[in-house]
Amino acid sequence: MEGTVFNIFAGLAVLSALLVVANPFSRNPVTSALFLVTTMISISGLFVLLGAYFLAAVQILVYAGAVMVLFLFVIMLLDLREGARRKLNLVSFAMGFMAVGSLFLVYKSSVDQTYGDTTQHQEVAAGVNQVEGSTRALGQSLFSAEKGFILPFEIVSVLLLVAMVGVILLSRKEPL
Amino acid sequence: MLATITGLFAEPWVMTLLKVAGVFAVVMPMVAYAVVAERRISAWIQDRIGPNRVGIPFTNIKLLGLGQPLADGLKALVKEDFTPAHVRKVYYWMAPAVAMVPSFVVLAVLPFGSMLGEQKMVIADLDIGILFTFGIVSLGVYGIVLAGYASNSKYPFLGGIRSTAQMISYEIAMGLAVVPVFMIAADPAWQKGLSESWSLYLDGAGLLNLSSVIAYQSDSLFGWLMFKQPVAFVIFLIAIFAETNRLPFDMPESETELVAGYNTEYSSMRFALFFMGEYAAMIAGSALMVVLFCGGWMLPLGDYFSTPAESFGQGLVHIGVFVAKIAVFLGLMIWIRWMLPRFRYDQLMNIGWKRFLPVSLANIIVTAIVLWVLNS
Repeated sequence: MEGTVFNIFAGLAVLSALLVVANPFSRNPVTSALFLVTTMISISGLFVLLGAYFLAAVQILVYAGAVMVLFLFVIMLLDLREGARRKLNLVSFAMGFMAVGSLFLVYKSSVDQTYGDTTQHQEVAAGVNQVEGSTRALGQSLFSAEKGFILPFEIVSVLLLVAMVGVILLSRKEPL
Repeated sequence: MLATITGLFAEPWVMTLLKVAGVFAVVMPMVAYAVVAERRISAWIQDRIGPNRVGIPFTNIKLLGLGQPLADGLKALVKEDFTPAHVRKVYYWMAPAVAMVPSFVVLAVLPFGSMLGEQKMVIADLDIGILFTFGIVSLGVYGIVLAGYASNSKYPFLGGIRSTAQMISYEIAMGLAVVPVFMIAADPAWQKGLSESWSLYLDGAGLLNLSSVIAYQSDSLFGWLMFKQPVAFVIFLIAIFAETNRLPFDMPESETELVAGYNTEYSSMRFALFFMGEYAAMIAGSALMVVLFCGGWMLPLGDYFSTPAESFGQGLVHIGVFVAKIAVFLGLMIWIRWMLPRFRYDQLMNIGWKRFLPVSLANIIVTAIVLWVLNS
């Protein structure tokens, strides 16, 4: 049962990721963006299968619900008719194929590890490397002062703040 | 034969399907009658009569116009389904469905009653209930954006663009408004003090689970989070208006400027799907408010109304209370629509970013300080 669901989500993720970069039927950027949404949702399904419910919800909330909506916003505001008529570019096709191929390899190796007859499979089955995926566990491992990741977390948030201030500075018409 | 049937009822997926069917059977008529209520209340506010004629078909019984949804539905179905030549067809066909689905999916995690027999009255008892809700609500924007894009003409496009900016802005205020609610309710200390029937009902549910929020509010009327977090409640209520594109925030539709906004190019049943999607979103939003701020299926009238049901009848009463509370919020939304004028677009953005965002952030900090002082 779980294997079937994994295959459905993993297959959907790989297939729609392929259609984002190399869609033979449409060169419309909006179509690509919507297939990227499908990829995000499938990946969130994979998080659910791993028991990481918080990550699954945040994946949909942040990527499918906010980031991709802004992508669509920008695509629609720019006049991309030239892009729609452009022929398939071999280099970008190859790069996209490589990206999707590596995603596929990640899935394949995780299938082998989880369901194949290997030592990792036995370890997973025995719960050796089990990671707690609940919101509480995630919050504690991020924010607790002794053994948590509070310092990297704060550094990343400062980095985001710098990027945000930078964008505001760059998009100002008159200099400060 | 009888044994197979009773055995079937023990299967979890059969019960889940039954609950899904039950929720649909209640929500679809609610959508239909919310439309009738909208028309009757607007008529009442504007000193008109409104649709009061359609009763039972082929008879003279008028029933205060309660047959109106049948007539409306039939009209939408038999009208010509016209697809303009300039639209992008695939997206044009997809958009109404995409607009309608998220509002129904949100209903899956909302606890709409206590117990009915052995069954907890929620379709999916998720421990990340509230995050799931926000995730799905954030997908609601795609229907409108796609409709605007697919129509390939100026007014729907402007409607789609407006709705993108509006819904993203108000999602942030809405999400931040809910944080203090869970800072208060997701505290493991109080869950230990709950009575036996409550711990049986919660069954080890996580603290972000929506049924634990309801359990937290079970003390009295002033245990309702609406009174403990009035600022969060007001911001959330207004954000729901913006998220469901209702007046005074109906910028994507805005019929005086954009003809009919995102749904200008739609006719017949496709238009009706957008319409039903809007009312389903109103119901989902009201249900969310009832669960988070107004005690869910409870009434502060003694144990019968505020502990998980032990008998079948009590369970039905709880569901009735929940539906009645939703109806109150729907009435409020309809009332406000016909009383207030529309905001200007820059005013809408100013309220979202310059008022609600700082106020809800301040609310989080103040709540944290109060909790810190109380607990130390």
